[in-house]
Amino acid sequence: MTNRVLIKGVEAVALGALEGGCDCYFGYPITPQNEIPEIMSVELPKRGGAFVQAESETSAINMVLGASAVGKRAMTSSSSPGISLMSEGFSYLIALELPCVIVNVMRGGPGLGGIEASQGDYFQAVKAPGHGDGRFLVLAPASCQEAYELTAKAFELADRYRNPVMILMDAILGQMKESTVLKKLNIKSITKDDWALTGAKGREARIIKSLFLDSAELAERNLKLKKKYEQMEKEVRFESILDGNEEVLVCAFGSMGRIAKESVLKLREKGYRVGYFRPITLFPFPKKALSSIFEKNNSLKQILVLELNCGQMVEDVMISVCGKAEVISKFYPPSVLPFPEDIEREIKKCLRKVYFVSPKV
Amino acid sequence: MKKAKNYKIEIIFSGFGGQGILFAGNLFALAGVLAGYHATFLPVYGPEMRGGTCNCTTIISQTEIASPVVKEPDVLVLLNLPSYLKFMPRLKKKGLAILNLDLIPEEVILKDDKLNQGKRILKIPMNSLSENIGYPQLANIVAIGALWATLKPFDKKYIEEALKKMLKGGKEGLLAPNLEAFKAGIEFLAKEKTK
Amino acid sequence: MLKESLFRFPKSLKRTNFHYCPGCHHSLVHRILCEVIDELNLRERTIGIASIGCACFIYNYIDVDMVEAPHGRSCSAGTGIKRARPDLIVFTYQGDGDFAAIGLGDSLHAASRSERITAIMINNTVYGMTGGQASPTTVIGQKTTTTPFGRKPEEQGYPLKVVEILSNFEGVAYAARVAVNNPKRVMETKKAITKAFLAQLEDKGFAYVEVLSACPINWKMDPVSATKYVDKLTEIFPLGVFRETF
Repeated sequence: MTNRVLIKGVEAVALGALEGGCDCYFGYPITPQNEIPEIMSVELPKRGGAFVQAESETSAINMVLGASAVGKRAMTSSSSPGISLMSEGFSYLIALELPCVIVNVMRGGPGLGGIEASQGDYFQAVKAPGHGDGRFLVLAPASCQEAYELTAKAFELADRYRNPVMILMDAILGQMKESTVLKKLNIKSITKDDWALTGAKGREARIIKSLFLDSAELAERNLKLKKKYEQMEKEVRFESILDGNEEVLVCAFGSMGRIAKESVLKLREKGYRVGYFRPITLFPFPKKALSSIFEKNNSLKQILVLELNCGQMVEDVMISVCGKAEVISKFYPPSVLPFPEDIEREIKKCLRKVYFVSPKV
Repeated sequence: MKKAKNYKIEIIFSGFGGQGILFAGNLFALAGVLAGYHATFLPVYGPEMRGGTCNCTTIISQTEIASPVVKEPDVLVLLNLPSYLKFMPRLKKKGLAILNLDLIPEEVILKDDKLNQGKRILKIPMNSLSENIGYPQLANIVAIGALWATLKPFDKKYIEEALKKMLKGGKEGLLAPNLEAFKAGIEFLAKEKTK
Repeated sequence: MLKESLFRFPKSLKRTNFHYCPGCHHSLVHRILCEVIDELNLRERTIGIASIGCACFIYNYIDVDMVEAPHGRSCSAGTGIKRARPDLIVFTYQGDGDFAAIGLGDSLHAASRSERITAIMINNTVYGMTGGQASPTTVIGQKTTTTPFGRKPEEQGYPLKVVEILSNFEGVAYAARVAVNNPKRVMETKKAITKAFLAQLEDKGFAYVEVLSACPINWKMDPVSATKYVDKLTEIFPLGVFRETF
């Protein structure tokens, strides 16, 4: 038998991080992700790595900054309020082009909110992790298997782009246990010899900085980062169920995605013409992929966007679809978790519209 | 014991906090995984965790599981009255309910005769059975015995293996009592059948 | 021959002009720091952390690998570096605003955890770079742009005495307050900074050196009076080694 285990999503993240070659973990306790630091505090020292429980999230993210600057694979994990506290550090990490992995097991907000499942931090993760014009590469797993594999892969991606990568997940996935295959993954190590701070031995001293008072230099810097984000387009990932005859497409990510998948599969079995699209990279958002679905499929008239927040990803969907279909936002704020049956009802509502309302010409 | 290719069973366990509900749900999911199934185990998440009912959803399936949340489960394992009142209306039409007769009065169940029509209801004095073997806290494992005996989704040995894994780290001494409670659940049902 | 032995340009100090104001003590401390790095032969394995303040450009002057940390976070970044690569030598160079205001939590916790790093705090009792606002170490009666009538205990409380706090920390191996406003004190500062690096080299614990420094521009003084004024500051912030465990 392969190494198949029943583990929580947050445990899968920790084991994925170890598989991905994580050297250092720095963090501050917050529900619902405490299993991650608990596992790391045991496992990292065994492997010659470092674990520090910091006195705050602001401190933790700057420990990540230090460890990353000297070329180590470093990570932190937290949940929404803690992520907000780290955002200054995020901006610096992006600006300093320091790779690292940040895990956000989202909880309900705003403010202290609650510990319910939520996807309320979509905008924060995807649009503005910190001040200034910086982005994260954002991966949104929907199963414990994906949480394991994507977290491991995140270390390689972070190193490749010299940019932080965020694993964005919710409390359902975090606290749910699921059968997971802890397979060996081929995570590449990428040389940091050309930039990491290791002591100026036999070479000129290196400076890793984000202060550019010369305006031309700063502009150039921003354009360099922008180019990097464009290159990240190569990493776009998504899951879809489509055969070209759909009339309605359901779009959701993370836990919401897999609940919606259940509904879509059930309806398709009964002959309903409904498709499924789950973005796995939230930044870069799979805009081209989504757009081309509508270009190829003339019968597709609507896209139903489901989220555990008050409507955030729907904006990226609108940009992607760009008028090619009607975009319908159905959102569930924290603590209102829909059942697959509820979503089936929403999908049927859309289908009725397609059948009975004359489509726009 | 080989089940159909698309075999999938969705179970909600519910009871008081402290009755070992999460342990039972986790145990069944883990046994499923050891037997080669896909499985999810979702503890109720949120304020319900403290006080009131404690519940969890366990799914085992031959194919990949999409939704870990279930509105109308195939099976309910209910250990107290509030759980019965909360979840019984959600049970699938031809679903199976395994009820703790010690904490869910028979007259309440009888009163719901119409609601419960077409459903398979097993009434088991879980507390009494666990007290009989000297471990009153193992009503949850008695329930697992009854659940396994009714569904038989995998060989019994996987429950034993799962128990061993879950009792690792200082609780190994509880393995024998757990196995006894598991057997008590199975035997109770066998006796009922022959009645 | 004699000339050479009296004056040598430190190898770690870049041959460039400082941007600091006339009479500012930053450049002096930079030079002392470089001399210590050279004498202990640490240049090739030292990582410096530039913080936010007038000395954020320290990387333009000191020829070692350097990274910039957000305001107040140098001791945390230093922790990350040292934990990731214990073989490297780490120093932070911070002002009183960075170390003792916005970064006090990071600083004290790094000290308490006994991180093997060397922290240097330039205490000039004001926020220099932002134009002379009050800092936690602004003294009673001192006029700044945000205490235009002088710091009043009933309004702004009292100056924060960092070395006195750190001297009570078990995790601290060395804590001293020095000044550079006369030659004798320059020599003492060099001794203190040397000891603060030795604490790290010998794996003894967190090391801290606070340097009372002049900020003529924001004190609204000429360089000579500012340098003399540091003597007055020593009455409020006494000089000396406050903790030494090795």
